[in-house]
Amino acid sequence: MNEIIRASGIGKKFGATQALKDISFEVINGEVFGFIGPDGGGKTTLFRIIATLLLPDEGELNVLGSDCRTGFRDLRKNIGYMPGRFSLYQDLTVEENLNFYATVFGTTVSENYELIADIYSHIEPFSKRLAGKLSGGMKQKLALSCALIHKPPLLILDEPTTGVDAVSRSEFWEMLRKLRQHNITILVSTPYMDEAMKCDRVALIQDGKILSVDKPQNIRNGFKSRLFRFMAADKYRLMLALRKYSETITAYPFGDSVHVTFRNDSYDDSLINIFRSEGIENVIIEETKAGIEDRFLELMEA
Amino acid sequence: MRTIFYLIRKEFIQIFRNKFIGRAIFGVPIIQMLILVPAVTFEIRDIKLCIIDRDMSSASRSLISQLEGSKFFRITNSTFSEKEAESLLLKNKCIMVLQIPSDFGKDIGNGKPVKLMSSINAINATTAQLSWAYLNGVLRDYNLDQAKQNINRSAVSAISQIDIRNRYWYNELLNYKFYMLPGILGILVTAIGFLLAGLNLVREKEVGTIEQINVTPVRKHQFIIAKMVPFLLIGLADLVLGLLIGKLAFNIPFEGSIALLFFSASIFLIAVLGFALFISTFSGTQQQFMFIAFFFMIIFILMSGIFTPLESMPWWARKIDLVNPVAYIMKINRMVMLKGSTIHDISRDIYSLIIIAIIFTALAVKRYRKTA
Repeated sequence: MNEIIRASGIGKKFGATQALKDISFEVINGEVFGFIGPDGGGKTTLFRIIATLLLPDEGELNVLGSDCRTGFRDLRKNIGYMPGRFSLYQDLTVEENLNFYATVFGTTVSENYELIADIYSHIEPFSKRLAGKLSGGMKQKLALSCALIHKPPLLILDEPTTGVDAVSRSEFWEMLRKLRQHNITILVSTPYMDEAMKCDRVALIQDGKILSVDKPQNIRNGFKSRLFRFMAADKYRLMLALRKYSETITAYPFGDSVHVTFRNDSYDDSLINIFRSEGIENVIIEETKAGIEDRFLELMEA
Repeated sequence: MRTIFYLIRKEFIQIFRNKFIGRAIFGVPIIQMLILVPAVTFEIRDIKLCIIDRDMSSASRSLISQLEGSKFFRITNSTFSEKEAESLLLKNKCIMVLQIPSDFGKDIGNGKPVKLMSSINAINATTAQLSWAYLNGVLRDYNLDQAKQNINRSAVSAISQIDIRNRYWYNELLNYKFYMLPGILGILVTAIGFLLAGLNLVREKEVGTIEQINVTPVRKHQFIIAKMVPFLLIGLADLVLGLLIGKLAFNIPFEGSIALLFFSASIFLIAVLGFALFISTFSGTQQQFMFIAFFFMIIFILMSGIFTPLESMPWWARKIDLVNPVAYIMKINRMVMLKGSTIHDISRDIYSLIIIAIIFTALAVKRYRKTA
């Protein structure tokens, strides 16, 4: 079986709010598949449906060969789920949590230890510490260990890096990369667009709809316009000035600069005049290569 | 089975790791027993009595001394003013006012019927009724004495009298502690089981740990059983503790079989735990659970017959009590402990409890959803 997840036309409503609408995608065996999108976009709802915690109102979903409505009992043996909020027992120790989840899945820690060794070794010195007393990064490693302890073919990680410092974040992606050697398919969501490049394929999700599913490079290459990078002392005034210019299509703040596209892929002197009349001096202008974020912003705008 | 065992072990670790709960589980029942058993009593002594004696005859004085002599009354005031007596009643300085009319002694001497008037503060109906009954008792004795004095002896013996002698069965000394203790034991076990188990499940929801459990292969019935067993055992342990206190501190008699009491208590606890878990499956927060749980606990306990006899409740209330597990255990506890009833005597109640336990537990398992 090559497709781990097959979803078509999934919809979910909460009261009058349409949380998900016509969601269709496939996840292939062994890939790291990312859902990227702003908060409130529907990522968590979708993940809860895939993890058998919610039922969709409409559409078909098949995970690991089991239908989400009839096969959830088999499915629960074969998925590792790490919710966005730390959901292990804070009043149990690191060791007790790990042992507990191993037993609940009918296995033991020693049986699958090699799978989690890389991750768990970081927190093993604290095995007698209560889970609630761990730092954010350590909690995340423990949660990942517990989600992996039964060697699930599919790992579902809901915003695993939200609220984690930059070093732990890159460490975490490194751990995920290593997990692929064990042929574990990983479904991950994140609000950070820079993490998209670390996935094999990504789906951009916004307002409960998928805007695009592709390899991150292809998504980035979908950006066709010339992109200019403007820099000045006062970035905000610079951006406002750029938006006054009639030929500007988009002008987004981006780090310490403003990324801009123009109608004819170029600008003329009247832009310089606007800068002058606004009193903005020493503007640095250069052409730049579009990143995946630029394409996302473009897609969201459309 | 192995899964259930590990789930139960996890619950125990969590319960006793929480130092406060771990201690309270055994501390609260001890304190409750020591305070409630002697405090909750219907015995009324020293009823504060105000006398308006307009007669001041030897007849009235002998009535007053008879009242004073009984353990039920204490004469706190004597006055000639009805107004003053009324204000004493109003200020709670006395519970009862007894007026003796001015020709009381003379009429008695002449063999005429006499009238007394009593006013009782009836805000607490129980106190008022009991005071009235005690007063009647004293007056009956007084009447008999008068009759003996005034009529010649041969005539008295000629009047055939019915001599009633009471014997109070199962609690000969009418010791209210013996009556209340089995009931308070029942309440204590209810509170521990009901609140702790229900809050435990809701807490898992509130903290979010239930999300992680719900995606595991743990079955619904396994989860619910694992939530019940620890509190069942704790409830029974508290019952042991309560019985020990009953024996050591209050010397309560235990006529029946201890095994039967514990057997009934186990079924009762399953019923109560099932109900608590059922409520917690549709409560989102501990606050919501507490509110609903408090509501039901008050109804269960006040309608259980601990304070008021079930027989005096209206028919519809007795119908409601058919599903009130506390009413059954109240009856079973008293029958087994004081009367020495055997399983045959209480089989109907046991069957009812078993049915209630099955229904409540099934509802909890059914209502608990792993998938929304």
